[in-house]
Amino acid sequence: MTFLNGIAASNGIAIAKAYRLVEPDLNFENKTIDNPTAEVERFRQAMSKSKSELEAIRDRAKVDLGEDKAAIFEAHLLVLSDPELNAPIEDKIQSAKVNAESALKETADMFVMMFEQMDNEYMKERAADIRDVTKRVLAHLLGVHLVNPSMIAEEVIIVAEDLTPSDTAQLNRQFVKGFTTNIGGRTSHSAIMARSMEIPAVVGTKTATEEINNGDLVIVDGLKGEVHINPTPELVAEYRKTHEDYEVQKAEWAKLVNEPTVSADGQHVELAANIGTPNDLKGVIENGGEGVGLYRTEFLYMGREQLPTEEEQFEAYKAVLEGMAGKPVVVRTLDIGGDKELPYLELPKEMNPFLGFRAIRLCLEEQGIFRTQLRALLRASSFGNLKIMFPMIATLDEFREAKAILEDEKQKLVSEGHKVADKIELGIMVEIPSTAVLADQFAKEVDFFSIGTNDLIQYTMAADRMNQRVSYLYQPYSPSILRLVKMVIDAAHAEGKWAGMCGEMAGDETAIPVLLGLGLDEFSMSATSILKARSLIKNLKKTDMEKLASEVLNMQTTSQVIDAVNAATK
Amino acid sequence: MAEKQFKVTAETGIHARPATLLVQTASRFDSEINLEYKGKTVNLKSIMGVMSLGIGQGSDIKISAEGSDAADALNSLEETLKKEGLAE
Repeated sequence: MTFLNGIAASNGIAIAKAYRLVEPDLNFENKTIDNPTAEVERFRQAMSKSKSELEAIRDRAKVDLGEDKAAIFEAHLLVLSDPELNAPIEDKIQSAKVNAESALKETADMFVMMFEQMDNEYMKERAADIRDVTKRVLAHLLGVHLVNPSMIAEEVIIVAEDLTPSDTAQLNRQFVKGFTTNIGGRTSHSAIMARSMEIPAVVGTKTATEEINNGDLVIVDGLKGEVHINPTPELVAEYRKTHEDYEVQKAEWAKLVNEPTVSADGQHVELAANIGTPNDLKGVIENGGEGVGLYRTEFLYMGREQLPTEEEQFEAYKAVLEGMAGKPVVVRTLDIGGDKELPYLELPKEMNPFLGFRAIRLCLEEQGIFRTQLRALLRASSFGNLKIMFPMIATLDEFREAKAILEDEKQKLVSEGHKVADKIELGIMVEIPSTAVLADQFAKEVDFFSIGTNDLIQYTMAADRMNQRVSYLYQPYSPSILRLVKMVIDAAHAEGKWAGMCGEMAGDETAIPVLLGLGLDEFSMSATSILKARSLIKNLKKTDMEKLASEVLNMQTTSQVIDAVNAATK
Repeated sequence: MAEKQFKVTAETGIHARPATLLVQTASRFDSEINLEYKGKTVNLKSIMGVMSLGIGQGSDIKISAEGSDAADALNSLEETLKKEGLAE
């Protein structure tokens, strides 16, 4: 048995057989062959196997993901039966007497190149379709097994280098019990997905794909960040017990679903949820969210070929506002750029995307996109308790400009006869140090702050959060970060405004006691963290935490802060 | 041989779903079916051929069919183009 250490990315214990989501070796030799007729036959068989495989994937995708997402496989099937692809390959086998693998590769490469050279982003992506289809046929020619995550039909633990959004979209929640990856951290896409799917995950193990074979029994301990490969029966029994205890604990937390979040000395704070789509509302309600503290609207813009229309956006915002039935919903306007790209916008590649043309910077420049979103939001505002916030605000001028555009669209809508809510709170994300430092001035003009800690930490520490080698600098409990957080909260309160937090830190057990002591009004986190946080806060006295907070602000290092929090909450 | 001219009205041109629909329709017939745009002719049963033309909104295209079911093929393609609001 072997043991791997990683980062606990999503709570819980999973025990199941490993399923490696790893590409097989598709290398082959270019050969001449003696019997071209037999070779053509071999090629046709690989094509027909690929075809039935793709048809099965398409049918499964139609059921699991909907007609829309299945369309991509429809396109793949057409590529597979394209006479302009097949005829030259068969010709090449017949006339040049080369093996099917090299005839396929050579012909497909020609098309890939042709599409890649087109100056249209959409066409460039078609090159990826051809590559995908070629890979499938090649695998059949070589007799190796290509991974088909959408076809998994038994309980498994996914083992991968990393999981992309499209990988995770294909995973069937019924069978995928947990996953472990080589790279990634608590805020990487795969980790966020695991928490929203509510399955245990350990990321950043470095060697999971090297150590784990298909079919190995694997334990993923998402509580401690450990992965056990082919464990002893004793260890399995022990983990089954831990799993049951965790379920009992969860059932205990579940009793707090309809309770308000109140500290041991009777102080109320709001626990809200971060969501990406209207589908996430179910989890928010089941986990007793008192509001939505961050609605990431980017997902409306991703995985498609053009911008969403005002009407599409209006429907999504309305669904969320109605679903929350009058509870507050904080919508963040488009935060694209950085690590989140939209191919159809054809934005130039940047050297430092996190420091570049993204979020509000892009929206103030591409005002058409921004105005469409604001119109949709304003029209939806009469269906619930809407609050709007702008991401990546660095200066007051940016906020004023964004606000003026919002006011402009509001006037237009009203004069067009649309119903718009009278009062819509307008806030900003505080994720750039300049804004945290100047929070007292911002507080005079905004209605609220929401501290985005993932970026605030990255910008304060000057450490790219995608870069593993500097990941030790992701230090939410550093006194420097805590001081910035305090400045923001105090600035809000001095002007009678409220301050929330929507980064990972808001749901973190070590951070919560300090944040409570600093006077944070709203904590927005993954829906699955809410009940645990509520149970934690129930047992803390706010007055004690105020004392703790003032102590840790004057400490020197992160480890001192962690020790102090542990001592105070034991 | 049967042939007919169309003007593309679809906002996105003949990309993605429209191209898929046309190729699927054409593939149901035995006739040889070609698509002509800006002097280039491609096999309308080839998705890669059709996409490689990069046909945008407002383009003039010509579809021609030759074979036993040429007239039927052309009618079906015309129906698809109009029903889906792709061209007129």
